[in-house]
Amino acid sequence: MKALNRLARTMAAPAALCAALAFTAPVAAQDFAITNATVATGDGSEPMQNATVVVRGGRIVAAGSGIAAPAGMQTVDGSGRWVTPGIVATVTDLGLWDVGAVQESNDIRSGNSPFSAALDVSPAINPSSQHVLVSRAAGITRAATVSQPSSSIFGGQGALIDLGADANTVTRPRAFQMVSLGEGGGRLAGGSRVSAHALFRNALLEARNLAEGTGAISGTASRPPERRTGDDLPIDPRLADNQTERGDDVLLSRFDAAALAPVVNGSQPLYVEVERASDIRAVLALREEFPQLDMVLVGASEGWLVADAIAAAGVPVIADGLDDLPESFEQLAATQSNIGRMVQAGVKVAINAASMEQPRYLPQYAGNLVALSRMPGAAGLSWGQAFAAITSVPAEISGMAGRYGTLSTGAAGDVVIWDGDPLEVSSAPVAVYIDGVEQPLSNHQTRLRERYRDLDESDLPKAYDW
Amino acid sequence: MTASTLRRPLANSIAVALAAISLAGCASTSDEPTRSTRVASTEVPYASTYRAYPGQPTALLGATIFDGEGGRIDNGIVLFADGEIVGVGPASLAIPAGYARIDGAGKYVTPGVIDIHSHLGNYPTPSVDAHSDGNEATDPTTPEVWAEHSVWPQDPGFSRALANGGVTALQILPGSANLTGGRSVTLKNVPSRTVQGMKFPGAPYGMKMACGENPKRVYGGRGRAPSTRMGNFAANRQMWLDAQEYADGDRKDRDLAKETLAGVLDGDILIHNHCYRADEMALVLDMAKEFGYKVTAFHHAVESYKIADLLREAGTCSAVWADWYGFKMEAYDGIPENAALIQNGGACVIIHSDDENGIQRLNQEAAKAQADGRRMGIDIPDEQVVSWFTLNAARAMGIDDVTGSLKAGKMADLVLWNGDPLSVYSRPEKVWVDGAMMFDAMDPNRRPVSDFELGQPGEGDVK
Repeated sequence: MKALNRLARTMAAPAALCAALAFTAPVAAQDFAITNATVATGDGSEPMQNATVVVRGGRIVAAGSGIAAPAGMQTVDGSGRWVTPGIVATVTDLGLWDVGAVQESNDIRSGNSPFSAALDVSPAINPSSQHVLVSRAAGITRAATVSQPSSSIFGGQGALIDLGADANTVTRPRAFQMVSLGEGGGRLAGGSRVSAHALFRNALLEARNLAEGTGAISGTASRPPERRTGDDLPIDPRLADNQTERGDDVLLSRFDAAALAPVVNGSQPLYVEVERASDIRAVLALREEFPQLDMVLVGASEGWLVADAIAAAGVPVIADGLDDLPESFEQLAATQSNIGRMVQAGVKVAINAASMEQPRYLPQYAGNLVALSRMPGAAGLSWGQAFAAITSVPAEISGMAGRYGTLSTGAAGDVVIWDGDPLEVSSAPVAVYIDGVEQPLSNHQTRLRERYRDLDESDLPKAYDW
Repeated sequence: MTASTLRRPLANSIAVALAAISLAGCASTSDEPTRSTRVASTEVPYASTYRAYPGQPTALLGATIFDGEGGRIDNGIVLFADGEIVGVGPASLAIPAGYARIDGAGKYVTPGVIDIHSHLGNYPTPSVDAHSDGNEATDPTTPEVWAEHSVWPQDPGFSRALANGGVTALQILPGSANLTGGRSVTLKNVPSRTVQGMKFPGAPYGMKMACGENPKRVYGGRGRAPSTRMGNFAANRQMWLDAQEYADGDRKDRDLAKETLAGVLDGDILIHNHCYRADEMALVLDMAKEFGYKVTAFHHAVESYKIADLLREAGTCSAVWADWYGFKMEAYDGIPENAALIQNGGACVIIHSDDENGIQRLNQEAAKAQADGRRMGIDIPDEQVVSWFTLNAARAMGIDDVTGSLKAGKMADLVLWNGDPLSVYSRPEKVWVDGAMMFDAMDPNRRPVSDFELGQPGEGDVK
């Protein structure tokens, strides 16, 4: 336990520094234009031929056909290339682990933690994790990263990060709260969905009481909440050192209840893991009691069965892209057409990075949804819709509309140059820019590849080949 | 690689006793001790009852054909009838009378996809504890168990593999909790009320072994052997010593475990060895030499690229994912160029799934691995990449003389894709098994629906 505390302390200091620097201008941002490329803007439209993208001061200035590169600006010939905004991966565990089965390197779950909703991944995120590097080389520039519900139905607060090769990783800490309300939530709640819903309602009521300072709970913060980036949600005062006291009749620790205060008042989105149609209905109904909840559904394998209700509620979905098996009794109606049908019903849908082996499969999953549009009886997406489902739509769901996942004017200079159609499995990035800064694409894998390009050890062992 | 002498018994695939079939070539390494010939049991228990379903003589016209053996024909013709491939050739190929013609212009034909590593049926969906039938994790050495006794034919995953993956044959393996997990079973991907009705007629058995982390974690975690890699090897070597003693004896006492091991030493049962690390695979290859058996394929094999030379010399295939890595310590050095580097080193590549979702996209995995190779300067033609999920898998499963490629006389197991199978935008349009159309994207009734799905949400959906 002591070792863990030490680890937490050593991690926290640099993370705070990173956060403080996150919105200062990138030092090495280049001004450049890419010309003659096939350009997809991420906004749902189809790709444009012979188009130009202009980046200045770390931001997109223009993207489209008929745009001339500004005089004197460094120009990259994009002939034969595709240019797009960087991929936005949601939901991920990027930066939270090195080796899945090496427990001490893995911060995805905290099953023995005394805390749940108060968990905040931002100080634990490691931008040097190989999975961050590998994902960056695959064209992912932004991600929402979060720990999984494990000590309770609440997983804690996820962060928005960029995948740049610098220490300014966390763009927005405490960007959203995660809760599980299906089979998984039932298990964590003591064995049933019934208990999960009781726990959930109680938690939100305790949070509301705490936030409103009513009931048995009183007290004021002894110092104001700190703000780090100017863009993060303020920490509730009761999460800071204070004199707050609460009554005895509470289930949540003060930290957990305070962490849910911004959820109850709608200032922090609540990501709800849920799969079954009836569970989705039950989750949507919670808004009657807690009308300010800013919900996002995650998973939603049976979403197509209740697509109209989801659309009417205006709740976006981060859906598993290609699940088509009854993996559990809450996914009996799973089909690859789920996303296409929900989109047809008017639901805003992003593809869930957590539904695949690695976030770098996002373009492949999107491409499969395009393929599906040609199959009789199936519902897929157009190319533009599919690409939006891994760029602008997840950015919008993350509260970053117009900033990430798009080439619209003023957006961050997150640009990927691909050697072909980015949704095609044979394509890969040739250059990745984040905030206008060209990124290194090497990692442990590329180093191994170069070492073992041949097996010649006639002069020295492979260990000298680096 | 394997010198399977398996013969397809009859045109309509009647089950055959397989144990009598010699696969001696599989184990022929120069330093192998000579084993006396044994009279194997002439009767296979739980024998296949699979029969090909009716089909009609069919000509696929105008498609691009990848024959699975490295051949490519543009605007070609594939003929099949009575369950067999009749001919494959250019547009000038004569079409016999009575053949139904299917226009394949703009489309592609490949042999049926074959997955050498699947747990459909023994880890079926729904993935509830009651369905966890893949690991007899009560003893680290269980050669006596047979995967076929765990297979639930109603696993909905079979239908997804068929419709979305074009899979016509697959090997179901025991899991990797044990050092020796038991016998595998090779299936035709055809719905059946019984597993016997799916068993691939005449296919040899395989035996699953596992290196590394899994066995030592499962058993070491219980305070018993093996808890280390050296413990893994000690248990394996003692197993083979005991097996040799049994095999060299009169074999009159029935012993399920020893019978399987003797079958491996005889070369009748093929070794499929879960193994990630290069150094560990090299040790296993030496263990195989020590006891005179052959490792047919290493599965997962994320570090095969480090020892492609050793694998080429041993004639051992690597059954791999395109780019899985990092989920466990022994997978930390996985790289996307693995398959291309293995192929470039002259060793055999197979793309496998080990996953009920991945099995639906083996063609895409192969395409990814091909592209990652191309980017480092290793150019492997499409027609060769197709063999990674067809003929190479069939070879390592010992069924390559009856399926795995589009060759006259072989089973008419084939897929008509609506586009290039190495593109993300293509999907199977029609799938035939032994010349019977088992899936047709254009006909909602040519889509299997398992018992489990009847009367439940999504029954009969496109999935």
